[in-house]
Amino acid sequence: MKILVCISHVPDTTSKISFVSDGSSLDKNGVQFVINPYDEFGLTKGLHLREKHGGTVSVLTLGDESVEPTLRKALAIGADEAHRLNGVPRDGAQTSEEIAAFIRKNEFDVIICGQESIDYNGGVVPGALAAKLNLPFVNACISLDIDGNNVKTIREIDGGKETAKTNLPIVIAGKKGLVEEHDLRIPNMRGIMTARSKPLSVHELIESKSLAQSVSFSKPPEKKEVKMISPDNLGELVRLLNEESKVI
Amino acid sequence: MVIIYAETWENEFKKTTFEAISYGSKCAQEMGVESIAVVFGDSVNPIEELGKYGIDKVIHVQEIDEFEPYSIALALSSLFKELNGKLLVLNGTANGKSLIGILSSLINAAAISNVTSFPTNHNPLTVLRSAFSSKGIEQVSSNSDCTILSLVPNALGIISNGDSNPSVELKKIDSNGKTSILQSEKESGEIPLPEAERVVSAGRGLKGPENWNIITDLAKVLNAGTACSKPVSDIGWRPHSEHVGQTGIQINPELYIAIGISGAIQHLAGVSRSKTIVVINNDPEAPFFKAADYGIVGDAFDVVPRLTETLKSFKK
Repeated sequence: MKILVCISHVPDTTSKISFVSDGSSLDKNGVQFVINPYDEFGLTKGLHLREKHGGTVSVLTLGDESVEPTLRKALAIGADEAHRLNGVPRDGAQTSEEIAAFIRKNEFDVIICGQESIDYNGGVVPGALAAKLNLPFVNACISLDIDGNNVKTIREIDGGKETAKTNLPIVIAGKKGLVEEHDLRIPNMRGIMTARSKPLSVHELIESKSLAQSVSFSKPPEKKEVKMISPDNLGELVRLLNEESKVI
Repeated sequence: MVIIYAETWENEFKKTTFEAISYGSKCAQEMGVESIAVVFGDSVNPIEELGKYGIDKVIHVQEIDEFEPYSIALALSSLFKELNGKLLVLNGTANGKSLIGILSSLINAAAISNVTSFPTNHNPLTVLRSAFSSKGIEQVSSNSDCTILSLVPNALGIISNGDSNPSVELKKIDSNGKTSILQSEKESGEIPLPEAERVVSAGRGLKGPENWNIITDLAKVLNAGTACSKPVSDIGWRPHSEHVGQTGIQINPELYIAIGISGAIQHLAGVSRSKTIVVINNDPEAPFFKAADYGIVGDAFDVVPRLTETLKSFKK
């Protein structure tokens, strides 16, 4: 089974986010970058599939040289090979087209993306990629079972879940549930050593077009000071919710 | 033309659908074009209700009766092309999120998700969206003739001042999916989270799943959805579909009440857009108080049942 896990290189979840002074981009000063949390669930799922069905797990990202430590980390966790599409991701259309071009040259049975990246929160690439490859797509995928060519999936829907079946090859956009938090693997010393000798290949872009353009970034307005209310005066809370906030 | 996907659940329009219709109709007016809602399914009613939100026309596709992302996306994209669409508006719900990527490829349109504003410009189409898990606001422009927007639920509200008396056209579209839906099941309360106007949420401070009745009682009197923190869903006290936070569901209700949740930065990322936040915690140092509008330092098992009673008598 050939498995591809698409990963994003994103600021750690604990990062304080700020933007450069003209608002054009993220201020990367002091920001620690990690594998996108949604993709971490996908990577571990890929390793589980390899253990059960045999085959290889490849990881891929679109980025410049600065993302290579994130790919090496994925190799240290257990992926067999890594691919970097050499460029800058601009929007969902461009990113999905670049990844689709790579996949057309290197067939895969299972393509696992994260539901979204925690930086731009686009959530466009996985579905756009599936449609470009004309493959079945399951978003917010919290379970993936493969038996021969048959696939059973569970999708998280608003307030519940939905089971579906289809055939390989497939594109999924995964999240927690695909594997559990305690299944996530962290690199051990041996993994880190062997990662150094695993293949990391760099591919030039096909220069596809982006269709949306980021203009500027800003911070949301600060919250005003909290009003503390005595636990013995809950009527006051109800009054404020009614009269001041007008939410009840 | 502005096309709006009028999403339904069990033959009724979702509340977020009225937001999408309001949004699309307003955009169409600004652009000087017609607004058209597309409704799928056999027995949706009453379709004319969409007129309240200013829609000009409704296209009703009865044959496609379940949500399979390709079959809906193929039907929407063929209508969009046939009607010379410029803008397609989706709900930012689980189904909207399943559609946006597929549609962007089928239509070759700019896809902008998580939208939190009306267009600030129409040429090029420019909007604000939430990014960096609500820690940032991004201004984005479309570079394409065709644009798809998906809206953050509860962010833009419903505009119900119209009575447009829309025409309803029945249309047959053949559209095949790529997956077969076997079953769908509800896991949590009556009010699905992304569109809940009020949410009551609890964390490990509740000490065990058997204590959740004080949360559901409070939710009930407020007509609120229930949610939980990540640790609570990780240890299996509550289903994953209730986990709100950076890697769970992101919500922005009118009112968010957090009980026994310390307020880690990852949790705040999922809830900080809530308009009013109430924090109840026995630890006065809990970081969540800094992000709250109203705070109560107290024991959840004492405060929450009394708050429920206070609200009950307020409502009478």
